[in-house]
Amino acid sequence: MSTITARPEPMVRGQFVRHAGYFMTRGLRALLRQPMFVVITLIQPMIWLLLFGQLFRRIVELPGFGAGDYLDFLLPGVLIMTALFSSGWSGAAFVDDMERGIMDRVLTTPVRRGALITGSILHNAIVYVVQACIVLVTAWLMGATIGPGVLLALVAAILMVAGFASLSNAIALLARTTEALIGATQLLVLPLMFLSSTMMAEQVMPGWIATVAAYNPVNWAVVAAREAMAGTVDWLHLGLLAALTLLLGFASTRAFRAYNRSL
Amino acid sequence: MPAIAARGLVKTYGKQRALDGLTIEVPEGTVFGLLGPNGAGKSTTIKILTTLTAPDSGTAHVVGHDVTRNPGRVRLAIGCVSQKISVDPWATGRENLVLHGGLYGMRPRDLRRRADELLERFDLKAAADRLTRTYSGGMQRKLDVAMGLIHRPKVLFLDEPTTGLDPEARAAMWTEIAALSRDEGLTILLTTHYLEEADKLASTLAIVDRGRVVALGTPEGLKSELRGDAVQVELAEAGDAMRAQRALERLTTEITAAGRSLRARADDGAAAVPAVLAALDAAGVAVLSVTVARPSLDDVYLRHAGRVFEEVAA
Repeated sequence: MSTITARPEPMVRGQFVRHAGYFMTRGLRALLRQPMFVVITLIQPMIWLLLFGQLFRRIVELPGFGAGDYLDFLLPGVLIMTALFSSGWSGAAFVDDMERGIMDRVLTTPVRRGALITGSILHNAIVYVVQACIVLVTAWLMGATIGPGVLLALVAAILMVAGFASLSNAIALLARTTEALIGATQLLVLPLMFLSSTMMAEQVMPGWIATVAAYNPVNWAVVAAREAMAGTVDWLHLGLLAALTLLLGFASTRAFRAYNRSL
Repeated sequence: MPAIAARGLVKTYGKQRALDGLTIEVPEGTVFGLLGPNGAGKSTTIKILTTLTAPDSGTAHVVGHDVTRNPGRVRLAIGCVSQKISVDPWATGRENLVLHGGLYGMRPRDLRRRADELLERFDLKAAADRLTRTYSGGMQRKLDVAMGLIHRPKVLFLDEPTTGLDPEARAAMWTEIAALSRDEGLTILLTTHYLEEADKLASTLAIVDRGRVVALGTPEGLKSELRGDAVQVELAEAGDAMRAQRALERLTTEITAAGRSLRARADDGAAAVPAVLAALDAAGVAVLSVTVARPSLDDVYLRHAGRVFEEVAA
């Protein structure tokens, strides 16, 4: 079977950024026009912080936990968790578009497939930055210490957003149903989160979880964000995250081929 | 150079052979109709011609470009309106048009002007800045077609453009489509399972059945291929069909029976009616009605596909 490849044509060459911008705008516009979604999007990250902050407050008293204040320990974790939960749904917009026939219509235009993915990542990143600001303000009001290192922590979180949104989009293109996407996302998000130092210091984890966490990208992001907040740069984990994000972005662009083949 | 040339297209989904050597050629500036029931292979043909999927074998060229080797060129030249209304419900009519046009690399000023022009043409000006989720089905369909035209394509694909529309909206859409090919010299490939639609709009018609073209010609030509008028007899009892068929053998030709209805051809239908009734009466067959009609595309379909159209379409 021959595959249809998407070679850009002169007229649309160099329009990658413009097209990505279109899809970003379209996503943000659709979100803003659904106030219910906006409210959920804004409230959810606060819930994690308040809930887990209270629930596990005394966890720092565990011998060897190694952190003074749980809120300070938890904050980078919640930043990454928010990134994960928020971008995991990215593919839902793709599924909606497939069901409505919009995806097929777009794929008959000369648009580059990568621009669709990039637009989706930008949309998710912007929504995330707003959510992160809410988390940070809430944490600050609760007495967390927030220094300039927070900017680097946000970089780690945005890499997480980009990678996970790409993964979610790829799953959407391959599975093509909301049910499958929700299933796959649930299956990934919670284990990835609990197999990391999001809520629990590595020092007090069972050994096997600490081992798994070392290979868990969510943990890379949490550790990098925590280091950043503490004023150090964790090049290794940031580099690993960046590489993974690029890989996932590429894979999701390739997933369009599988989608086309299934038509 | 034909606007569309497809040769020997084959496409299988699992064990299902959707296309089985379909060949069509569409001259520039004409409206070409693909007529057939659901599952005949019409939509698959469109998916291949619009670069959405690749055929297992066979070749297809649109405006001279190979759809699998040079899809980018094809995509620039075609507009697609799919079976399902595919507009973004959370964007306004104008936003839908502008985003879609932007994907073809249109310059912003030209794009704005073209969007206005199309909104005017499709009578959507008053609703242009409303979210399309508030549109009626007919309005959404019009916007859908307008989006297919935003970049002034050379070839327009319309996959069952009036399915799901009420009769009034359907008539309006027919007027629009006819005007498009007349005024703008656009090549249109239209698929439909409405015989009336194909008859009304297409200058050339291909009847598709089980993934291949079984008849090709102008609607008039296809109809005149049929000798005489169509005579349809409704029987009181389905059990009489065999007997009725035998009774009519000397009077008519091409007799087929489906349930309680019998179809046949007669050179002069009106004159044949008394003889048909007499023959059936003599055979002891009770008749509910006899109708005579000029040949329709329905008869053409029946003859070429060997089935009554509505039954497969249902």
